[in-house]
Amino acid sequence: MTEALIRDTWWWPYVMILVAGWLATDVWRWIGVFASGRLREDSELLIWVRCVATALVAGLISKLILFPQGVLSETPMWLRIAASCAGFAAFFMSRQKVIVGVLAAEAFLIGGWWLVDRLG
Amino acid sequence: MTVPEGTAQTPPPDLPARTGRDWFFLGMRASISIPALILTAAFVGFAGLARETGLSLPETLAMTGLIWALPSIVVLTGALSSGMGLVPAALAVALASVRLMPMTMALMPMVKVPGKTKNWHLLIASHFVAVTAWVFAMRTLPDLPREARLPYFSGFGSGVTSFVFCMTGIAYMAVERLPDVVAGALVLLTPVYFLCSLWGAARLNVDKAAMVVGLILGPVVYLYLPGLDLLWTGLIGGTATFFGMKIVRKGLS
Repeated sequence: MTEALIRDTWWWPYVMILVAGWLATDVWRWIGVFASGRLREDSELLIWVRCVATALVAGLISKLILFPQGVLSETPMWLRIAASCAGFAAFFMSRQKVIVGVLAAEAFLIGGWWLVDRLG
Repeated sequence: MTVPEGTAQTPPPDLPARTGRDWFFLGMRASISIPALILTAAFVGFAGLARETGLSLPETLAMTGLIWALPSIVVLTGALSSGMGLVPAALAVALASVRLMPMTMALMPMVKVPGKTKNWHLLIASHFVAVTAWVFAMRTLPDLPREARLPYFSGFGSGVTSFVFCMTGIAYMAVERLPDVVAGALVLLTPVYFLCSLWGAARLNVDKAAMVVGLILGPVVYLYLPGLDLLWTGLIGGTATFFGMKIVRKGLS
């Protein structure tokens, strides 16, 4: 079949990257630019748009923690949640220093992972 | 107003003599930052994944530079490795990228000088919209003069993108296979970093409320409506928060 032949060419992955990657992603950014045309910076509508964007990114965050890809998915879910909470708590106690939060979460995850491996 | 200190770069005092080019380079300098390093670490994790999946170095780099949104890149990597067709792959990536639209919509009025900024400038700058640059912009730009915002944001965006691009290539060539603990830790890095910086970028209480609602709603919607779940989380959670906070404010005053 010709379709299979096309898939074996060297350039097929690049067509995939250009169309299914670049175009499928940037088109949303362009739509965002045109859709924002009449939005004023202090309008109620913009506050709503920001609420939607913020809730959406937050949803992505908890999805990445609860249902991760790759090896991280082999760790227990409670460990990932606890590590993230520890990180956020450290972020808060350090007067909102992002790096402190990130390092605390990583330390918690690696320590917990090691313990789970030992005990399990 | 609560602008938390921390990684936010304090922009130098505003001098009228600064040109757009000056602001571009200032933005580029601001990109040498903790967020950029964390994002780099996350892309190092992707380089390992790409190599394991069997993607070549040029393919890996093309995805990094052209897509420039980690979740969409991960989705396309999965599509390429499973031999998915062009149309289903494009749909999957488009679904993972819808979130960029409301983010761009929220950012653009901030960087635009009404009646002066050309649309094609905004279209180019919009390519840098991804969580890292967006959060940085929402947090930093309001303190800058309006004319400075677009060049500053573009400088920051191109600085981060070129740095991450180079480091992804180096990581691809240098690291054969990451040890499990390192690979796993790199994957958790991204959400924790997003979690902290999104809170830092929230300017109003309503933004923080939207964030908490999204955190709780995200996994629930994912279980019931996988596929378009992020968009629904944003629309349902964001709208509910918007009107909920409106009622709360009315009730208090």
